[in-house]
Amino acid sequence: MAESIPHEVDPAHGDHHHEDQGFVSKYLLSTDHKIIAMQYMFTGMLMAVIGGFMSYVFRMQLAFPGESVPLWGIVTPANYNALITNHGTIMIFWVAMPVLIAAFGNYLIPLMVGADDMVFPKLNRLSYQIFLISALVLLSSYLVEGGGFGGAWTSYPPLSAKSQYNLTPAGASLWLLAVALEFVAFLLGGINFITTAMNSRAPGMKLYDIPMVIWMIVIASILFMVSVGPLIAGAIMLFFDQTIGTAFFDPNRGGDPILWQHLFWFFGHPEVYVVLLPAVGITAEIITVFARKKLFAYKTVLHTAVGTGVLSFTVWAHHQFIAGIDPRMAHIFTLTTLLISIPIAEMMFVYIATLYGGSIRLATPMLWALAFIGEFLIGGVTGIFLGASGADVYFHDTYFVLAHFHYTFYPIAIIGTFAGVSYWFPKMFGRMMNETLGKIHFWGSIISFNFIFIPLFVLGTAGQHRRIFDFQNFPALATPELQQLRILATMSLVVMLGFQFVWVYNFINSMFRGPKAGKNPWKANTLEWSADSPPPHGNWPELPTVYRPPYEYSHPDREEDYWPQHLPN
Amino acid sequence: MLEWYLPQASTYASSIDDLVNMVGAFVGFWFVLSFGTFMWLIFRFRARPGTEAEYITGELKHQKRWITIPHLLVLVCDVFIIVGAVKVWYDIKQYLPEAEQTVRVVGQQWTWTFQHPGADGKLDTADDIATVNELHVQKGVKYHYKLQSVDVLHDFSVPVFRLKQDAIPGRTITGWFEPTLEGEYDIQCAEICGIGHGLMGARIFIENEAQHAAWVAGESPVRLAAVAAPTRAIQE
Repeated sequence: MAESIPHEVDPAHGDHHHEDQGFVSKYLLSTDHKIIAMQYMFTGMLMAVIGGFMSYVFRMQLAFPGESVPLWGIVTPANYNALITNHGTIMIFWVAMPVLIAAFGNYLIPLMVGADDMVFPKLNRLSYQIFLISALVLLSSYLVEGGGFGGAWTSYPPLSAKSQYNLTPAGASLWLLAVALEFVAFLLGGINFITTAMNSRAPGMKLYDIPMVIWMIVIASILFMVSVGPLIAGAIMLFFDQTIGTAFFDPNRGGDPILWQHLFWFFGHPEVYVVLLPAVGITAEIITVFARKKLFAYKTVLHTAVGTGVLSFTVWAHHQFIAGIDPRMAHIFTLTTLLISIPIAEMMFVYIATLYGGSIRLATPMLWALAFIGEFLIGGVTGIFLGASGADVYFHDTYFVLAHFHYTFYPIAIIGTFAGVSYWFPKMFGRMMNETLGKIHFWGSIISFNFIFIPLFVLGTAGQHRRIFDFQNFPALATPELQQLRILATMSLVVMLGFQFVWVYNFINSMFRGPKAGKNPWKANTLEWSADSPPPHGNWPELPTVYRPPYEYSHPDREEDYWPQHLPN
Repeated sequence: MLEWYLPQASTYASSIDDLVNMVGAFVGFWFVLSFGTFMWLIFRFRARPGTEAEYITGELKHQKRWITIPHLLVLVCDVFIIVGAVKVWYDIKQYLPEAEQTVRVVGQQWTWTFQHPGADGKLDTADDIATVNELHVQKGVKYHYKLQSVDVLHDFSVPVFRLKQDAIPGRTITGWFEPTLEGEYDIQCAEICGIGHGLMGARIFIENEAQHAAWVAGESPVRLAAVAAPTRAIQE
């Protein structure tokens, strides 16, 4: 394809007269992949603040039902439903996706494959602009009559399809529109990620020389692009049901509400791996650098990621075991769901094996990367209870499910992000973050995280269902013992949110006043560390050449314990 | 683990609990093993002056077996779990034993309506007893439930039975249970159904034969006429 020849990028920044650009064209309308990555990252972090605040409000309601919540007030059932719905939607689509895929993908792909920018920079800019609009549309749904949509992030019809059921005539449609727009943004971004990683690599970089995080983002982008079609179609059908009175999901007029669940989860389950894989990739980069070790069985990791991706398309109905599907179907989906534990377990074993024989230095990025492995193990093993159809009859829609997926999503979206940001911060801003503050923030966040969700595992085991604004209405759940657990979870959340101020201070302070980082503060091998910190527009004065795979640490033929990819010898 | 929190009040509750315990034993073993190894490696190979990391590719056969052997063992555990899950699932959801009694369960925003057979033991006759948010069943009798919804998705969940099933407008879903323990327990709606979802609780009363007969005798058909209107409208 002639259009995608590397380095033949758009003329607006092909030549180097960007220094005299104003603030708006440099930071808001830029086509530079690093600026777009920052836009995605800061937008994602602002959305995380909003999503985190929502969790604070509804957790306070659950701990102290009916009492006025500081900074919010009384939480009505409608408030509660809208808050849990938008907390889930925001954290997955407006935090995990933009930060893990879009921000790290945009920032790292050109720098790690040795290109001066993305293949389609204007498409990249358009992707962010659509994403920003989608975020504004979502937030605006809180301002319309009836307030934000409260039908859960899965948005099952008929509740989501008819305003006489959900009582949010405008909020439900705006929510759906925002989600559909957001998918468009990531489709555009995904095209860029795949094309750039495949076509713009530095001379000498063979497929098995690509750093793992880039592979993971590419595989995730492919998964996203293949799975999202049915959901965009479903979203349009649901939008028509809401607004112009079609009956795709209306059983009274020949439609079927279960169809939506299939369309949603056919996308929804691969989506888990779409956000998981980049976090797994980030972890691979960090543990190799801080253990000074070659990644154990690089090809195996890559193959398991591809295997996971393929299998992830065959497991979706495990979300629907008790939703009224033919009971015989559950057997097939139990089989595929448990099979997917095989590649994921192998991936975890590989990472643990990488530590063997290392020289492990527990700097902040390494602490986060190790925490990812440890916490994700809990998320992984608890999933087995839910994938086994017989046990899911009990656990379905309880807090056990909620705690399980927070033990996967928190490591992915929060731990993965902190790992990546603390690791690449020196490259992004040219300065080091403060290690002491970094470690205070790490331990504060990790310990309190476990004290939020372990009580929720217990509550789920005791039969507490999700999305209920006040458990006082259920005698079996209104006991003082269970209420103590709810209060413990809420208090831990408040502590965890409090510790984030340490990070914000550290981030902003280090950005301007941290010690200068130099090109390669961690003594890492991959190409981004051969560019200046921060890399200028175009990344390198002369594009690098690659001579070896990415993880040649502690190689016997070399005196230093690292061997950058771009050095001839 | 579940019986610490909730009594087992149906014939299949103990089989679900046993499956959960088996899964717990397998994943507990793997979690302790891998987490323990993980922590030990972090400690054992911490950076110390004078020691250097080793160069291990992980591509050689004798290295790779450190992950392939555990990997095969995980597969073996998966087989046990799959067999157990399929068996339990079959008994609860796929196999339908002959019914001795049938009740109709109808969800609507935001109450449960239950239609019980009257003294004649048959559903959909003039002496049926309909109640709101109260289900009366007899211990030791095999029941079929006919689950329906008037408006949106609901979910009929009886935690002491370990039973859960979505109700779908436009469909009647038939399932079964056999109560084994007398008492009064929670029924919860387990699928978000709008702003009143948190209020959509009901109670199940499991009675012995004499108590149940007395309850049936005490409910006059007048009560049925008053509350059965919404259920009549959607009968198949």
